[in-house]
Order: sequence, then structure tokens, then C-alpha cells
Amino acid sequence: MNALYTKTYSLPPFNEKEILRYCGAKEDNKEVNNLLKECLKEAEGKFHGRVVFTEYDITKSANILDLGFAKTSSMSLIKNLEGCKKIILFGATVGIEIDRLIFRYSVISPAKAVIFQAVGAERIEKLCDVFNQEVNEKYQTVPRFSPGYGDLPLAFQQEIFKVLDCQRKIGLTINDSLLMSPTKSVTGVIGIKD
Amino acid sequence: MKITDFMKNNILCLDGGMGTLLQENGLKSGELPESWNLSHPDIIKNIHIDYFNSGSNVVSANTFGANILKFSEKELENIIKSALKIAKEAKEESNGSQEKWVALDIGPSGKMLAPYGDFDFEDAVETFAKTIRFGEKYGADLVFIETMNDSYETKAALLAAKENCSLPVFVSNAYGEDGKLITGADPLSMIAMLEGMGADAIGINCSLGPKSLEKVVNDYLKYSSTPVILKPNAGLPRVENGKTVFDVPPSVFAQDMAEYIKKGVTIAGGCCGTTPQYIESLTSLINDINPILITEKNYTVVSSYTHSIVFDNMPVLIGERINPTGKKRFKEALINNEIDYVLKEGISQQEKGVDILDVNVGLPEIDEVQMLKTAVCELQAVTDLPLQIDSSDIVAMETALRRYNGKAMINSVNGKQESMDGVFPIVKKYGGVVVALTLDHSGIPDTAQGRVEIAKKILQEAEKYGINKKDIIFDPLALTVSADNNAGKETLKAVEMINSLGCKTSLGVSNVSFGLPCRNIINSTFFTMALTKGLSCAIMNPYSQDMMQSYYAYMALNGLDNNCSSYIEFAENIDLTPAVNAPANASKKTDNEYKSDLQRAIIKGLKEQAGNITKLLLDTTPALTIVNEEIIPALDKVGIGFENKTVYLPQLLMSAESAKSAFEVIKNSMKKEEKTSKKPAIIIATVKGDIHDIGKNIVKLLLENYGYNVIDLGRDVSPEEITQKAIATHSPLVGLSALMTTTVPAMEDTIKMLREKAPWCKIVVGGAVLTREYAQTIGADKYSKDAMETVRYAETVI
Repeated sequence: MNALYTKTYSLPPFNEKEILRYCGAKEDNKEVNNLLKECLKEAEGKFHGRVVFTEYDITKSANILDLGFAKTSSMSLIKNLEGCKKIILFGATVGIEIDRLIFRYSVISPAKAVIFQAVGAERIEKLCDVFNQEVNEKYQTVPRFSPGYGDLPLAFQQEIFKVLDCQRKIGLTINDSLLMSPTKSVTGVIGIKD
Repeated sequence: MKITDFMKNNILCLDGGMGTLLQENGLKSGELPESWNLSHPDIIKNIHIDYFNSGSNVVSANTFGANILKFSEKELENIIKSALKIAKEAKEESNGSQEKWVALDIGPSGKMLAPYGDFDFEDAVETFAKTIRFGEKYGADLVFIETMNDSYETKAALLAAKENCSLPVFVSNAYGEDGKLITGADPLSMIAMLEGMGADAIGINCSLGPKSLEKVVNDYLKYSSTPVILKPNAGLPRVENGKTVFDVPPSVFAQDMAEYIKKGVTIAGGCCGTTPQYIESLTSLINDINPILITEKNYTVVSSYTHSIVFDNMPVLIGERINPTGKKRFKEALINNEIDYVLKEGISQQEKGVDILDVNVGLPEIDEVQMLKTAVCELQAVTDLPLQIDSSDIVAMETALRRYNGKAMINSVNGKQESMDGVFPIVKKYGGVVVALTLDHSGIPDTAQGRVEIAKKILQEAEKYGINKKDIIFDPLALTVSADNNAGKETLKAVEMINSLGCKTSLGVSNVSFGLPCRNIINSTFFTMALTKGLSCAIMNPYSQDMMQSYYAYMALNGLDNNCSSYIEFAENIDLTPAVNAPANASKKTDNEYKSDLQRAIIKGLKEQAGNITKLLLDTTPALTIVNEEIIPALDKVGIGFENKTVYLPQLLMSAESAKSAFEVIKNSMKKEEKTSKKPAIIIATVKGDIHDIGKNIVKLLLENYGYNVIDLGRDVSPEEITQKAIATHSPLVGLSALMTTTVPAMEDTIKMLREKAPWCKIVVGGAVLTREYAQTIGADKYSKDAMETVRYAETVI
């Protein structure tokens, strides 16, 4: 059994342009911008970046990739991990508080709920970037890859949850419909070239 | 010796980590550690023996993840049976003359409870209950619920233990670096909830090393009246020469632990990374320390899933607006099952600054048990304020308390024997701070002295149940001063007298002014007078500026408001100008771009302006004209813009919300008969298994904007429920939403059932994973890519 590591991160400032892009808007609308400002003020301090991760050696025989914790024949992942001997397997979440904001505003203001969705999306991407950057500083890597990308089925999440002890380590869970909770979370692998 | 007797005079030493040792013995990634009770019993037994030999009084059997989510019932029984057998053999075979016990170990289920996950609270209780029943059957000496990082799941596990066994129960939570559980609860909230429910010991384990938990441990020692457990990690793990090591060595660990034991921790052990060596260091150090036993604390506390409210010098405001009494619109909302209306009432009171929300949904026309449960569950999803469960129906009260995530306030008990017989047992079982009304079978005594006598009687009766007086807040009842000129005076006197008994007081102040003009003046003055007599809390209307004025002024004048900053903030937001500042002719053309101010407000998404302008317009213009010539054209303009991709989703929604606020103003101005919607109802729901409903809510908002009557069944709704509603209302159109590929089958099932049982009904579907083709395959009439398209489709159907 591989040792699991957990790390907490404080995240860099919000990228407003990116958030607007996520909610399908542009920067040129004053009212939307004002609403975004309001939302950001409320969301400030509500993100707790947590990552659990571990390392595996990987091997390939025929068209089966052995990731050390599970096997897959996903062509997209095999292609992604070409030339890699190891992977970092990780689960990341920015916590439940953004879900609470989204629930709350779904009731009183769908416009704000849509913006908070986008804020959450931007935050979890940012967390993954920060974590990925740390890995990059140590290793030569390939782009990170998650279940649902290409032909790697979403159900592969379950394999990841079996080994990462996500609930205990970072408070991340998955339900029978493969929805993660907190929703603003990502699981995936980062291939390491030797 | 019974463990609970031993704990009265001794430090209880627990064991250390199990997972780390199993890894060293070859447990593979993804392999379930509990399966080793069957496949590698000797390894497990040796670990237990090592812990007993190093001085542990309690070892936890290897049952951390043993539950029916991971094993079949038969497997589960075998695993638990074997785990306890191994541990008990270890107890016999180990050296050492210390007292020894074996715990049934219970960790988190791995699932998130509703509303943020799909694990129903009662399913969680039953999951833990199964493990616990086997644990007691096969001879565990105690139940140790540990490493819980969510308050709701912790409650489910403790409730399961209390209901299914007679063993002592220890409960320990995992706190992060921020001093909170991962889902947000702080130590005091957990202490309040767990003590309220009668845990035998409570505390902290896992996450961090002993030093890093200092603040959390101090909070436990400050607030807990229950023995405190501390079982930290050996610090943080890192890799050294390919091996995982932890950064706190045994000697340092033991020293750090000894410091806490000297301050009052009486139950000590280790978690991840600690080994028998750590426990040996620990026991050798603490053998000479005299235990500092926990003392009874006197805090009156209620809590939510994030924070708690302590009743001390600061008066506590309890918002009274979630209550149908005398409110037509609220009654209508309850009858129509418009839970959103209730939720909005909660959120806006929170925005006004109340500390606790009273929740009363009692109405003869509805099923109060079901409604109170729903209201409490749904309110917990949208607000983190503690709730006051307010009902005269004991079953409704218990059902709601059971689902409450925290230590609730309970409204109310009184001096009648049957009231105390009904309410006290559930206060004892679920915990809570109960409001006690000083009345009995002969009514409300006229004098303060009479009310104090009833209070004393209530205290005596509560004591029989072991309910502490700190968990009772007396309401000496404000009577109408216009009917009895001494009513105000006697109530104030009663507040004072009850305070001197060492009890807290609460009042619903507004009764006092009944029958008088300008009631606000009387109410707010009475409120101030009661506060100066030491009133702890008030059930009040936070929308009343006079009441809030009294509150903030009292705080400032009584040294409770640092730098008067709360008062200043409140004063800055007092609205002294007339409500509406818009130009008199609000529908007049303002510039070339917008036909009128109202249209501009809607198109620009200015919610408040839209409402205010509509109010003004209503003086001069018929409601229907405003709708047809102002609101609908503005909405259409935005809608077309969205369809042409010149308007983006947030703008569309801001406009929709502004139109809605204009509609609300118009609706409030209409007489009842005008209000009845001519259009038949559209049913919308997010399908079974899907708990995210923002898309569905957007569709609802826009449909309502266009005048459709929408019945929103919410999220995670079964095919049966949707079909039943479609039949009952003979709905012409059902809208279904699914976010995940995995929930589309539930959508398909729903469509099948609707086709069979409600064949007249058209079905429109939408959601992130759907496509036109996919929608066709599962048999929907229509796929809508967004909310506007759903509106357009509705226009063709209805």
C-alpha cells in the first residue's frame, strides 16, 4: 500500500476574466461585473484547497495499462502517459462552502448561483494548477488527466476512491451516480517522464 | 471493572495507529484492512498484543471501515465477530496488569450525507446501527466512533449507538489546521451536540500532531463537561529513503501529550503513524500524573453545523418570521408546498442579523410532521444559523430534531405535566436548549412570583430526566398591557427573578402591545426594558426597524459593542429617505435605448429598482398594462438577445430576477381572485440520484416570468413522485433535468412511467450531458439546450 500525502493550499487571487468566461459572459457588462464583485466579496475566505496524492509505478503490456492501483485499456490515457514510468494520483477539492453558497443562491438568486458556480470552477482549476506546478518543479510531467476525459470512463473514479481514502484525508466523497461532493473537486493522474 | 467507573478516577490509555502497521505488514493498495480479520488474524492479534503490552487500557478492534456499504451483511458479521474475538484473545494473552477493554471501532462511512451528498440521514443511522448491533453481540466493551470529519455523520453514528446498544460510547472528531471539521463545524458546536446526545467521552483524533491541535484541545477543556479524548497523529508523514516516516518521534509525542493530560485530557492515545513504541513512551510518562478530572461547565449553547451561539451577556435574537400565524401568504405557501418561500424567509432574516431562526410550520390543513422535517432539512441546506424547532406536535418536534444537524433550540415545554412528559424525553435523547413557558393547567399566573413557582416546578421535573438547568430557557410570557396595566411590569419582574435562580430568559415581546396604536413604540421600549433586566434572548421581528434600533442601542450603551462599531454599521444603513426615489412618471421614455425606466431596470437587471418603479407605476397604471406593455416586452428583448447570443446567461438571469421582483409587487397588490393563475401547472424536477438543481431553478425562474404556474418538486425526485404529481394535477408538461450520464437512466425510467400513466403529458428534458439525439433515444418529446428554449416550447404546448 502506498503512503498517502495530504496538503492544504491557500489559493492565489481570483481571476475575474476566467470566472466570467466560465459563466458564459464577457467583461463588457457593468451590471454583471458589479454582481461578480458582490459574489467575490462573499466567497472570499470560503475556499480551503486540499489535495491528497500518492505515487505509483506504471507498466504497459499489450493494450493494457497497469497504473499500480488499477488497470485500464483507455486509449486516450495510454496516449497521454506515453513515455511515463510513474504517475502521481491525486484528489483535490476546494471544500464544501462553495456548494453551500450555490445552494443558498439557487433559492434566492439564480444569477448569483451561476456566478458562484463559475467561481468554484475557477478555484478548483486554480488549485489543480498550483498542485500541478509543484509536481512540475520536481519532475518532467505530461498534462494531467481525469476520468471522463477521452475514452477513460467516469466510473474509473471509483478505482481512484478505493485507494486515495478521499473522505478521510480531504473530505471528498463520491455517490452512486459518480457525482463528487464537494462538487468543486477533481481527481486525476499526472504522468511523470523519467 | 466497568470502563465508565475506571474513568471516574483514572487516565485511560488508548492504543495507537493500525493502518500504518498493516501497510508495513503488506496490506495492498485498495485492499480493505477489515478483511485481514479473516485472512491474517495473527498479524492483527499481534498488533493488539503489542499495544496491550505497551500499556493500553483500550484497544480498538480492526473494524474502522466495517459497514454494509463495503461488505455483505454475512461478511460484515463474520468480520466483526472475528475482529472482536482477536482483540479479546489479545487482551487475555498480553502481559501487564492494567485494566483492559476492547472497543468496537467505527470510522466514517465514506459517503456524504444529504443535502450535499445523496446519503439519507436515516440510511446512515441504519448503516452504523448494523455494525453496532454486531459489535455488542460479539462482546465489545464500548463503541468508539472516531475520525469523523462531518458533524451530521457523527450525529448519525452516535444516534445509532444510543438506539442500538447499551455500551458506553466515545466520539472523536478529526479537526483540520483551521481548527474545524472539514465540513465546517468548530469544537464548541461538536461539544454541544455530542454532550446533548449523551456521549460518554468526546474529543479529537487524527489529522495533525499533538502540538498543532492546541487550540482545539483548549476549546474542549474549556467547554466540555464530558471526559476529553486526545488521539493525535505522530505529526505529518514524509518519505525518507523510500519509507514513510512521521515527524514527531515517540518521546516528543509523549511529552506533548503529558502537557495536555496535566491540563485535563483524561483519555489519551495515538492515531496515524503512532506505534506501540509511542504508547509505551506515553504510558511511562503519564503513570505519575494525577488525572485532572473534567468539571461541569455552565454554558448555555445551541449550535448549527458550523458554529454555536452561547447565551451569555450578548442578547440573542431569534427571528420569528417563519410562522404562518396571521400571515396569509405564508399559509398559502405552506398549503402549496412552496418550500422556497420558507427558505427565503429564513435567508432574509439572516441578512437582517438574527442569530437563530424559529421554525414553525403548523397549520391544520397540512401534514405538519412532514413539513417541519422538510423545512428543517432544506433550511439547513441554505443557512448555517442554528434553528429553533417550534411545534406543539410532539411527533413533528421529534422528527425535526432527529434530522437537525447540531444542538437545536426547542420551542416549547410548559408547566403542564403532559407537556413535560412529552417534551423532556426527546430533549434528553437528542439534546437541545428548551424554551419553557411559565404556565400550567391553571393558565398564566398574574404575578411574577406565580410564574417563578412554575419555573421551579419545571426545573424539578427536568432534573428527573437529567436535563441540566443550563439547557432550559424560561419564557415568563409577555401579556397585553392594554388589558392589564401591570402586565408589562410583572413580566419584567419575572425576568429578573428567574435570572436570579441562575436561569436564562426569553420573551416574545410583541404580545405586550396588542390592541394599542403604534405597537412598534411599545414593543421596542419593552424590549429595551427587558434587556436591562437581563433578558437573554427574544423572539422578534427583525424587519422591525424599531426593534433592531433598541437592540443595537442597548448593546452600545451596555458596553457590549466594541467601539460602537455594530451600532455605527447599523445606523449607516438605516433608510431615512422615503422608500422610492424614482421619477414620478416611471414609465416615461428615458432615452433612446430603453422605452421606460422599468424596462431599463429589467433589461439592466436592477432588481430593487424594478420593484420600486413598479410600486410607483401601480398608482397610475393598471397591473395588466404594466405586465403586457412593460415587463413582457423587456423580458422578450433580453430573451431574444440571449437567443442571438448578444446577452449572456448571468444577464438573462439578472433580468429575470428583476422581472420577478416587479411581478411580486404586482402580485401583492392584486386581490385574491385575480391572482389565480389561468395557465395549468408545469411540473419540473431534477431526477433521482441527481442533487444539483441550479439549471432546473433557472428554468423555473424563466417559466414563472412568462406567467406559467410551476410546481417544483426539487432535486433527487423519484419517477413515482413525478408521475403521481403529473396525474394529480393533470399537468400538460413535465420538465426533467439530469446533470450526469449516470442519472440519465433515472430520467429514462421517469419518462417510461409518465408515458404509461400520464400519456397526455409532454416531456421536455435538459441538463449538461444531454443532447438532442440522446433525448430522443430516451423518449422525450423535446430537448431544450437552455431555459429560453424551454419557455418557447412551453408556449407551443400550453
